[in-house]
Amino acid sequence: MKRFEYSRADAPEQAATSASTEDTSFIAGGTNLLDLMKLEIETPIKLVDITRLELEKVETTADGGLRIGTLVTNSDLAAHPEVIANYPVLSRAILAGATGQLRNKATTGGNFLQRTRCYYFYQTDSACNKREPGTGCPAINGENRTLAILGTSDACIAQHPSDMAVAMRLLDATIETVKADGSTRSINVKDFYCLPKDTPHIENVLEAGELITHVVLPAPVKGMHTYDKVRDRASYAFALVSCAAVIDADDNGNLKTVRLAFGGIGTEPWRNEEVETLLMGTDGNNDVIAQAANLLLNDAKGKGQNDFKIPLTRRLLKQVIQRALAGEGA
Amino acid sequence: MSTLTLTINKQDYQLENLDARTTLLDVCRQHLQITGPKKGCDHGQCGACTMLINGRRVNSCLTLAVMHDGDDITTIEGIGMPESLSALQQAFKDNDAFQCGYCTPGQICSATALIEEVKQNWPSHVSTDLKNPDGRLVQEIAERMSGNICRCSAYPNIIKAISQVLESQVSNSQTQEPSTQKADNTVQNSSVTGIWSPPPSEAQLGKTSANTKTATATTGGRS
Repeated sequence: MKRFEYSRADAPEQAATSASTEDTSFIAGGTNLLDLMKLEIETPIKLVDITRLELEKVETTADGGLRIGTLVTNSDLAAHPEVIANYPVLSRAILAGATGQLRNKATTGGNFLQRTRCYYFYQTDSACNKREPGTGCPAINGENRTLAILGTSDACIAQHPSDMAVAMRLLDATIETVKADGSTRSINVKDFYCLPKDTPHIENVLEAGELITHVVLPAPVKGMHTYDKVRDRASYAFALVSCAAVIDADDNGNLKTVRLAFGGIGTEPWRNEEVETLLMGTDGNNDVIAQAANLLLNDAKGKGQNDFKIPLTRRLLKQVIQRALAGEGA
Repeated sequence: MSTLTLTINKQDYQLENLDARTTLLDVCRQHLQITGPKKGCDHGQCGACTMLINGRRVNSCLTLAVMHDGDDITTIEGIGMPESLSALQQAFKDNDAFQCGYCTPGQICSATALIEEVKQNWPSHVSTDLKNPDGRLVQEIAERMSGNICRCSAYPNIIKAISQVLESQVSNSQTQEPSTQKADNTVQNSSVTGIWSPPPSEAQLGKTSANTKTATATTGGRS
């Protein structure tokens, strides 16, 4: 691990100011950052510890939503009675990821900022456009079984690893931040991530020193909340394909609420609202699901080993919709 | 840097000019000769370094010592020593829940916190009902212990040991329904001898009758 200067922040604005210099990172749970620092993939020269900030509360908002402090741990968020009662898809998504030990440390804000688990990103003697811009992407013609099929570019096909962020995208969460100059802003998760294009090292819209302070969930969405995760092991593995869903049907069995977001297949948590519109009002028969899958996967590009994710996503989509229509999943 | 004070197993330790890069695990093992916590992978993948920080289990290899002044840190030495074994330590001995023993301190620290999580009604990935999980079930224990790898594969007996303590400590404190139907679902009476071989039967999954929802039971619920 490279040497760094450690400091502890007492207030969010001060943290943002301290971290606005080049090669400075915030540290909270640290479960991903320290792993990457040991491998010298991340080499900050300054670390600003934000764990003592007062950002660990979950509060109800005026419009019936939840405002989650960035330091709320994944464990606490998944077990929070309000989340279990009104946003079970979020509990399910968090519980599908990592381990008890990691969820106890990992924070809400930090989970959004996880780096990819692409093998080449982790292997410092390989080229990697995300780690070393301009060096190339050996994954495109290499070991790409776990990598993305949507949102990819000629420079990068790294998948976004988070389960939690998939549910947050589904729920239309908003990320609140404070910048070094003390100003604040709200960013919808939809607008938070950047597609790799030719700058895969730029993963989100945060500026230097900009600190995530809260994540806000709008009022709950009624319906069947599910999170399905297909992976190589029953526990403690990243998704090959995952699907967060909220689905509700009217008395005639037609879909009146359809929200779908996918993990494991995108370079960012993947949601296509046009797919949801197409399904809305239908009875979810095989034909309409096939059309929805075609739309979702229209631009999907397999690179050999990960070709299987295309049919796997189609099957998962069908399973999620038809199971919910059958009243199952609860 | 100045002086860092760490509170480990109820004892204060002063560390002068500690390199900020030092993990909590390395401080214990290399600086304080608290060698119960083990270094396995050093990347948060194996769980051998598991300790409790303020009662919660964490991978001590993935956290910096300088971040933990004022925290209440417990290693296996603080859980119990040979003359004063905790219930879990005794259960690990009684059930032969290890072979080489390298992962055992982490397993026991992890399981110690697991029991508290079950008492607090925390759900897991395999909980059918997020509001009322039964953390005593075989598949619940296996899922909740998935952060602790045992390369000797002593898993069946690790689960038996944890189950035994859970049954004695949790059954009466849980607010959920009495466990009349639970008798067949716990590991003590189960034919399951490995974690996933064979896959748990419906009875072991807490379903006393055939239920078409079994396959989907742990993926969702209505809001």
